[in-house]
Amino acid sequence: MSDSQGSPSRLAGVGRDLVADWAADRRVFAMPWDKAMIWLFILSDVFIFACFLVGYMALRIAATEPWPDAGEVFALHLGGEAVPLLLIAIMTFVLISSSGTMALAVKSAHAGRRGATALLLGVTALLGLTFVGMQAFEWTKLIEEGVRPWGNPWGAAQFGASFFLITGFHGTHVSIGVLFLVIMTIKAWRGSLGERRPGFMTRRRGRYAMVESLGLYWHFVDLVWVFIFAFFYLW
Amino acid sequence: MGEPSREALLDEEMELVHPRTFLGKYIWSQDAKVIAIQYALTATAIGLVALVLSILIRLQLGFPGTFSLIDPSSYLQYVTMHGMIMVVYLLTAFLLGAFGNYLIPLMIGARDMAFPFLNMLSYWFYLASVLILVAGFFVPGGPTGGGWTLYPPQVISAGTPGAEGGIVLMLVSLIVFIAGFTMGGLNYVVTVLQARTRGMTLMRLPLTVWGIFMATVLALLAFPALLVAVLMLLSDLLLGSSFFMPAMLNLGEPSSHEGGSPLLYQHLFWFFGHPEVYIVALPAFGIVSDILACHARKNIFGYRMMVWALILIGVLSFVVWAHHMFVSGMSPYFGFLFATTTLIIAVPTAIKVYNWVLTLWRGNIRLTVPMLFAIGFLFTFVNGGLSGLFLGNVTVDVPLSDTYFVVGHFHMVMAVAPVLVIFAGLYHWYPKVTGRMFHQGLAKWHFWLTFLGTYVVYFPMHFMGFAGVPRRYYAYGESSFIPDSVITLNMVITLAALVVAAAQLLFLINMAWSLRRGERADPNPWGATTLEWQTPHTPPRHGNFGERLPVVYRWAYDYSVPGAPRDFLPQNQPPQAQGEEAPR
Repeated sequence: MSDSQGSPSRLAGVGRDLVADWAADRRVFAMPWDKAMIWLFILSDVFIFACFLVGYMALRIAATEPWPDAGEVFALHLGGEAVPLLLIAIMTFVLISSSGTMALAVKSAHAGRRGATALLLGVTALLGLTFVGMQAFEWTKLIEEGVRPWGNPWGAAQFGASFFLITGFHGTHVSIGVLFLVIMTIKAWRGSLGERRPGFMTRRRGRYAMVESLGLYWHFVDLVWVFIFAFFYLW
Repeated sequence: MGEPSREALLDEEMELVHPRTFLGKYIWSQDAKVIAIQYALTATAIGLVALVLSILIRLQLGFPGTFSLIDPSSYLQYVTMHGMIMVVYLLTAFLLGAFGNYLIPLMIGARDMAFPFLNMLSYWFYLASVLILVAGFFVPGGPTGGGWTLYPPQVISAGTPGAEGGIVLMLVSLIVFIAGFTMGGLNYVVTVLQARTRGMTLMRLPLTVWGIFMATVLALLAFPALLVAVLMLLSDLLLGSSFFMPAMLNLGEPSSHEGGSPLLYQHLFWFFGHPEVYIVALPAFGIVSDILACHARKNIFGYRMMVWALILIGVLSFVVWAHHMFVSGMSPYFGFLFATTTLIIAVPTAIKVYNWVLTLWRGNIRLTVPMLFAIGFLFTFVNGGLSGLFLGNVTVDVPLSDTYFVVGHFHMVMAVAPVLVIFAGLYHWYPKVTGRMFHQGLAKWHFWLTFLGTYVVYFPMHFMGFAGVPRRYYAYGESSFIPDSVITLNMVITLAALVVAAAQLLFLINMAWSLRRGERADPNPWGATTLEWQTPHTPPRHGNFGERLPVVYRWAYDYSVPGAPRDFLPQNQPPQAQGEEAPR
């Protein structure tokens, strides 16, 4: 091979190397299996939320009646004053903060610190629970104001339906995440991760790397919230 | 802290829980091979239901009004349930759940799937979804009759058969199926990517594994669209929302819905529905490639092209969905775009067909039963693929839409073709799974009756389509545009369908009889190269490969290598054994 080869063949060479790397012996990604699985699951879940949000956009664009004004609908009344997006700002802050504590939990798990891992996982679970609680409060408030899947006082009926379905689906993700966070907190606290004890259901041995996989899921759920926030509250 | 080495990671991750009880071994088993058999039996059972339904449909069409059991409502219900069962609960579950579970770990040299517990859960979700689906037959109003595509507003409007309860069960069953499939699918993909034995590079994988792998990737990305469509439909039905339901008059009454978009449902459904065709087809492509090469004693022609064609078909299958919607009223520019992508997909598909034919070319062909079914697949698939070119063009599709041409097309290409491959695979791997050989004579009768019978059933439908006979009609009565020949043809088709259905009994009898009475099978009766035939035990035990995992030295297609002692070299045979040069 001379150095003077043209860029197309160099590109082809890079392509061949890329394929060779990916096609290498035994494993494509240098990571534990459950981490690879979580990434794959996230990819699949991305398609679910993408379908939801694209469907929502299609419905909103095609709606025959005016779409309710997010600034008014999602406002909180403090001392007679309407503050738009106050609750949602707090909710978003809480959820994003939980991503921070989750990242710290992963860091302590990598360092093998039992107590710190359990504590940070617990805090993350608590923040997640707070988020779900505030979401329940928000739903209650909207329902009291007359928002239903089949209609609302301000305009297109699709507003309520898509709001409840999509935030509900996301809330389910957060709730499932909280459940697993609690389980992982207990595992970490008991030392099952460090001592590699088999799990109750799956009999797979505990490993600190599991915290990282759970963390990936949790960050993903937070990221989805950012999109839902943009599409429902800012549009 | 140092990262553990790749080998250490691999060795510590596969944890096999050896069951001690009967329940743990055969019922709540985490062994992929047992799960595969569970999938196969369940899919066969529900497939028989679909077979009976198709016979009822044919009886009505061939001899209208003769059978009082079949009224217009139940006819629509049979059509709907037949379609949904065949596409999702039989073909998808069989090709990925049964073949995937059995073959992936064995073919790549793994002890089991990456996540055995999740794998077990996947099967139990599948079983639950099947039971929920079947429950639809026993609720008031019966199962849904809105067509297998479940188009709103029809499917959930009062007056449609099954709109009272059957549709809810159908939608719930789909949700459970998708959840279960996701668990299995994550397993298959991670296992193929991360758990291969030493020497098994991606470009040495047997094409069966490649086909199942690509199909699973498609399924993981396509089922989400169906899930979203189903959830929204369920919400429209139970919560009174209007995602898909426009304002309309139904049975003279104004509905309570307004502002929904039925077209949105069609886009979501077919974003799932078209990849679904390839979810069924790609594993079939893979299995056929391996069977053709093995029974023609010849290496597969153009292995790399076969792999890239699989990948390309997979990618393209996500950008062709709206060719199912040419008459839906969407923008004509969309039609142009999707017709173009649809015709492009014919290129990689044609590459595969040519490579199959070139694999057979001057091969040492043995007309064994699996080989017969594989060759039968080539005929029906080419036939269905060519009629697909007609339907892919908007101008040709519009007059042919919703005629029997469409029925003939998709049954040839994605019903008969993959079913023939399922049979080919079952006969091919039966000796490995059971340790016994099936009865050759019965199996050959099964093949010829099925293959010729289905041709008699589906080939005339193309002409009926050109004559303008619409599909899904209960009866044609005295309609002036239906020629008498169509009535006669319908009768002939029904008789052929009865023969095909009876032929499936031969298959069931053969499988059951051979289980106890068949000859003891050689561990590698076909002289195949892939790893599943090189296991120390037949049938393979839990853990698949005994003490040590095999090491792979070559690709899966070293047949009739000049100078080799036998006409095949197993993948785990070291190169120096017969003094040949570096293997591929």
